[in-house]
Amino acid sequence: MARGVTDAAAAPTAEVRPPDGTRATGGVRAHARITAAPDARGGTALPELAGDGPIALRRVRAGAGEARVCLVGAMAGPLGGDRVRLDVRVEPGAALRVTSAAATLALPGTAGGPARYDVSLAVGDGAELHWLPEPLVSVRGSRLHVTYRIDLAPAARLVFREEQVLGRTGEPPGRLVSRLTVCSGGRPLLDQATDYGPGAPAWDGPAVLADNRATGQLLVAAPGFAATPAKPHVLATAQAALTPLPGPAALTTAVAPDALRLRTLLDEARTHTTAAYEAR
Amino acid sequence: MHLDHSETTAPQHHTSGAPARRVLGPPAPAGRATRRRALRVGLGGPVGSGKTATVAALCRLLHDELSLAVVTNDIYTREDAEFLLREAVLPPERITAVETGACPHTAIRDDISANVEAVEELEAAVGPLDVVLVESGGDNLTATFSRGLADAQLFVIDVAGGDDIPRKGGPGVTTADLLVVNKTDLAPYVGSDLARMARDARAQRGGKPVVFTSLAQEGGVRPVADWLRERVASWRAA
Amino acid sequence: MTRAALLVLADGRFPAGGHAHSGGAEQAVAAGRITDAAGLAAYCRGRLHTAGLTSAALAAAACAGADPLRLDEAADARTPSPALRATARRLGRQLLRAARAAWPAAELDALAGARPRGVHQPVILGVAARAAGLGPADASYAAVYEAVSGPATATVRLLGLDPFEATAVLARLAPELDDVAARATTAGVRAAAGGRTDVDVLPAAGAPLLDIAAEEHAVRTARLFAS
Repeated sequence: MARGVTDAAAAPTAEVRPPDGTRATGGVRAHARITAAPDARGGTALPELAGDGPIALRRVRAGAGEARVCLVGAMAGPLGGDRVRLDVRVEPGAALRVTSAAATLALPGTAGGPARYDVSLAVGDGAELHWLPEPLVSVRGSRLHVTYRIDLAPAARLVFREEQVLGRTGEPPGRLVSRLTVCSGGRPLLDQATDYGPGAPAWDGPAVLADNRATGQLLVAAPGFAATPAKPHVLATAQAALTPLPGPAALTTAVAPDALRLRTLLDEARTHTTAAYEAR
Repeated sequence: MHLDHSETTAPQHHTSGAPARRVLGPPAPAGRATRRRALRVGLGGPVGSGKTATVAALCRLLHDELSLAVVTNDIYTREDAEFLLREAVLPPERITAVETGACPHTAIRDDISANVEAVEELEAAVGPLDVVLVESGGDNLTATFSRGLADAQLFVIDVAGGDDIPRKGGPGVTTADLLVVNKTDLAPYVGSDLARMARDARAQRGGKPVVFTSLAQEGGVRPVADWLRERVASWRAA
Repeated sequence: MTRAALLVLADGRFPAGGHAHSGGAEQAVAAGRITDAAGLAAYCRGRLHTAGLTSAALAAAACAGADPLRLDEAADARTPSPALRATARRLGRQLLRAARAAWPAAELDALAGARPRGVHQPVILGVAARAAGLGPADASYAAVYEAVSGPATATVRLLGLDPFEATAVLARLAPELDDVAARATTAGVRAAAGGRTDVDVLPAAGAPLLDIAAEEHAVRTARLFAS
């Protein structure tokens, strides 16, 4: 089941909501946190794992040296008016993988005003973060502003995937405004804002998305890129390109008719960056 | 850092008179000495007249005697640059290409910024040069090089393009420092009257030199090379 | 200050290399995404609200006195395509050359010395506008107009589009150019406020197809335009 369906059970920490699943005016305020730190046995512990509001966090079976957390849908969200925040810290030397149980749906709300979803990811030296959630689906009538703020230490490793699906099948999308700001060693590495859906200027025109209704990015950062920058590479004509960024990272930008094709493109992009990512 | 806005300390880039053109012209990239730069020679002319062949032949003949580099202005592809690379007339770092946005004459006359950048990049990359040859994309008879880009220019036409081209004139034919009439060996086959072409060219160009040659033949480029040597000598002496 | 300097700076014939660049239109035409005046209009709108807004805000901030080297870093981060970063720096060098001849200024000389490989063109545009005695709003206007005039001119050459139609496309976009320039100016002035340089307040609007197409264009064997 997708996260964010409107009839989901009430979340433990959410404010009081009417039984029909809509929320009190003003929407939910939630602030979830994950901190990963090295444990004494060469693995990664999670000294902080605090879900809140629509974000429930579940620890899943760890990989080698790596802690794994799955975002599960605890309630509807993000709905209009919600302000949801998630802070993730990966301390130096720790390794964390974050996935989600299902796609996140941005849904219309009664609270008026757009929902906000602000994600902050900080990765320390020698630390690794895999951020691989399922897509964010912008549902008709919804309005969501999503921001990702990523701070990478100079020797941090990151695999960050973001997928946006504009509308459920056969439906127009809502309005989805997003900004991804990444710094590496305190220097700007990537800053990209997009604005899609009804009311956004020219979003479906020939310079922006044309007929594509799925778009995403795969950002891979690792010290290995400093010595061997990624080579610019068109993965699929008019659909995806892998590019070196002005720092130790490579970005793949992709557009596709649907979520499935988008995932195929981003998976392919990942295979092209594996060697540089794993270089020690 | 913050760069303060100040007009009082602005250097004067423009000095009038001939000597200024031999130092790195306006604006001189900071940190570079105002040593004498290379002689910049433009090659213009219609498509297929033999510009690239001239460049290739000059490079083959002169590369031991002069330090040379080439900027090509291809019209649609990078073929001219790639031809020169393939023929290995010069090491690859001495050949660069400039795109012209479908307007080859603009890139050598009205907005020379890309070509001047390319010339300076070559000089910076491969060290002191004697001559940079700037080959125009094939264009019409009105295309000429800006004096901000080329110190001297030669215009290449061929007898197969019609023996009335010198008579028609046009800025390329009339103002170029050297007019090269190429493919003279084809004259009997295309019915071109070389004597008439020579007469018309003289009339159009006053005393400026004209070379009749066939670049495809052994030694065909020699008169062009002789002209270039003279230009280099006077550039050095000036 | 003379407002007429803006006409000189924004003139399509200002010798700063713009004529050889299509603003991505060559690739969009090749891919069949622009086939007529309506396609050109949609393309120009998309470019205006994304790359145009971002460039104009950088230009306004530079003109308002923000640190051009920090703006250059910010421009790099806002340009994920290496082909477009190279283009922006190349055009920056070309514009700097023309600007230093037109409006000699120590600030322009210092930039040339500090970054011989070039600074992103919108940043140079802002500093050049400042050297010309213009203000941040003027710098924004020059940038937003350039964002749409390049593709329009190129499309006339690439598609044989009626030049009257292409010009009418630009004329109809004027109110949106005003809007985007105003937003860019506000952001740019804010980024430079108080003698600091706050690049986070600058827009970072991007467009996936512009970035992907730029990489495709860069490896084409046959092309008329440099970008």
